[in-house]
Amino acid sequence: MNLMEKLEILSDSAKYDVACTSSGVNKTSNNMGIGSASKMGICHSFSADGRCISLLKVLMTNYCIYDCKYCINRRSNDVKRVAFTPRELADLTMNFYKRNYIEGLFLSSGIIKNPDYTCEKIIEVVRILREEYHFFGYIHAKAIPGADEALLQRLGMLVDRMSVNIEMPTEKSLNLLAPDKSKKAILDNMKIIDNKITENKYDIVKYKKAPKFAPAGQSTQMIVGATGETDYQILRLTEGLYKKYSLKRVFYSAYIPVVDNPLLPSKIDYKPPLLREHRLYQADWLLRFYGFNANELLDEKNQSFNPLIDPKCNWAINNMDLFPVDVNKASFEMLLRVPGIGVKSAKRIVIARKSRSLDFTALKKIGVVLKRAQYFITCSGKLNINLNINNDNIIRNLISEKGISLLDNNFLNNSFEQLTLFPQEKVIGQDIVKSITGEF
Amino acid sequence: MTKNAVIYEYDGSFEGLLCCVFESFDKKEIPLDIVSDDREQILLLSKRYIENSQEKANRVYKYIVDKGGKKAINLIKKAFLTCHPRKEFLILIMVRKIHKQGQFAFNDLSDNVVSQLFDSVKNLNNEAHLFKGFIRFSIKDNFMIAQIEPKNNVLPLIKNHFIDRFPNECFMIYDKTHSLGLLYKPHKSIIVNIDEFNMDTPTMEELEYRRLWKNYYDSIAIKERENHKCRQSHMPKRYWTNMTEFQDINQIQEKNNLMIENK
Ligand code: SF4
Repeated sequence: MNLMEKLEILSDSAKYDVACTSSGVNKTSNNMGIGSASKMGICHSFSADGRCISLLKVLMTNYCIYDCKYCINRRSNDVKRVAFTPRELADLTMNFYKRNYIEGLFLSSGIIKNPDYTCEKIIEVVRILREEYHFFGYIHAKAIPGADEALLQRLGMLVDRMSVNIEMPTEKSLNLLAPDKSKKAILDNMKIIDNKITENKYDIVKYKKAPKFAPAGQSTQMIVGATGETDYQILRLTEGLYKKYSLKRVFYSAYIPVVDNPLLPSKIDYKPPLLREHRLYQADWLLRFYGFNANELLDEKNQSFNPLIDPKCNWAINNMDLFPVDVNKASFEMLLRVPGIGVKSAKRIVIARKSRSLDFTALKKIGVVLKRAQYFITCSGKLNINLNINNDNIIRNLISEKGISLLDNNFLNNSFEQLTLFPQEKVIGQDIVKSITGEF
Repeated sequence: MTKNAVIYEYDGSFEGLLCCVFESFDKKEIPLDIVSDDREQILLLSKRYIENSQEKANRVYKYIVDKGGKKAINLIKKAFLTCHPRKEFLILIMVRKIHKQGQFAFNDLSDNVVSQLFDSVKNLNNEAHLFKGFIRFSIKDNFMIAQIEPKNNVLPLIKNHFIDRFPNECFMIYDKTHSLGLLYKPHKSIIVNIDEFNMDTPTMEELEYRRLWKNYYDSIAIKERENHKCRQSHMPKRYWTNMTEFQDINQIQEKNNLMIENK
């Protein structure tokens, strides 16, 4: 079996894992070896689907003793099985790294024999990289649920980030689709990793040179759209995970069928819910950086995101009594809640308004997206003079282009039945595109 | 202050530009533009060549630091690396602002000069950041070589990143646009003018890794999510020229074979 073929099979299976960032940690080798990592992360390329390629994302092997229904490598499926030797994979990583193809390695694996054995194999790859090749680049490894705590400890000391995939938004779905995995084992692992990271933080305070346990923290991912959970359920879960396990990131992966199974959406006519995934990321962002709670964005009555406008706009429209706010007076927290004002522009406003009061032209230069913000702000008591408040216009200006591009695929395929914004009007994707580009 | 119908010409170096700033303060005039002598232009207006003087440059440099602080000088140094067609003139106006307002000169982002300066520096920073990822090295006899064609002069900005990354390797990054090369061997680096340079023919091993990478690149894309527009907005086509994933490896190999035969 040649390397090319192995790489093809083992990267093809790993590609649905969306957590491919290299961010979260700054480090250099201090001339002791090769490699570095940058806190903001570096994309080395973008694949044809527009996603950032940062890490060599592969499975150690696609042999697996489990039988997850949605997975092409489940034991009951008849596919070609291959495995890297630890040395082979370490060498490939080094050669890609030196050519600046990648920031590092993202290593996951099918379960060979048992969780412990699998974890040992993963450790061996990382050990060669770190201890023999003195590789200081980024390594993200999957913590295999059910593996021994001592192994997790060893792995955590070698890698930058660890993750345990929660896979499904609810236990019910998990039991149904991944019968060999248990929610308890997954959450236990998360807890262990979280505890080790916290413990280790104290060590680092005490002894400056103490080695770091997964310095870029832990993340998780779940599949969206394979099962019936609502956006609200998912967002609540996310919020809980951030709070309880101090996760760095939760990733969402729009379900893409690779196998046919009566328990899963049929492959025929299925379109991955990309817009939903996009909205979840937007809402996730609002939880982490904008001070929103899940309950403010969705609730028992409104369990799905508005397909037409982003969650922040949606929140603002539902809370019009709080607007308009005056950019020259509003608190930083309130500025953050204005559609069209991001973290950066909110910070800039707060600095700039110290030296003079800001008008709409000034806001534009600062980077505020006036097209959206104008309905929610005043500048020293004045509304934007060009403002034409007519319902049609507002909607047109609040719809995001990214949303539109995804809408084209999804909306037209009737994936979204609820249109809370215009219940009586029928809006067709193309008309919306036209109204944005003004091609009436 | 007079607006003389004069254009300053200088040698294209940062020191040279600082001397132009000196001249403008000294003569109490604002030139119509400042151009470097390697930029060809047909002008009806009189040009005045400003001689490079280390002493004058130092004085202006120190003045900027004293009045505007470290942030000011760093911003101006960066502005000089950008591809803004009138960067010299912007820098001159900026120094005049610093002269008047000190470190507050940069606060007013709604000012035309400040915002243009910030925008072009942002553009430079962005491009430098992208190149940290998009640069592709070829390896031959343990020597790593990469070629880039940036709009801005990014080498000074990415230098430390690559030195930190490969402290014990030998490498070169060749900037074809600006005819500059960053050369590094442990633990020394230099940026020099390189007028002509051609990438060496790749070895068999090099071609093998390129092929592996290209294959990986193609297989990692999820067909159901294909989105070329999105890819292009993150990675505009002008970067593709020097990237392995867009090369035809077989064609390179054939060319190689031909060359060997001809020998
Ligand atoms: S554990 Fe489940 S998801 Fe992972 S490789 Fe095995 S079958 Fe696939």
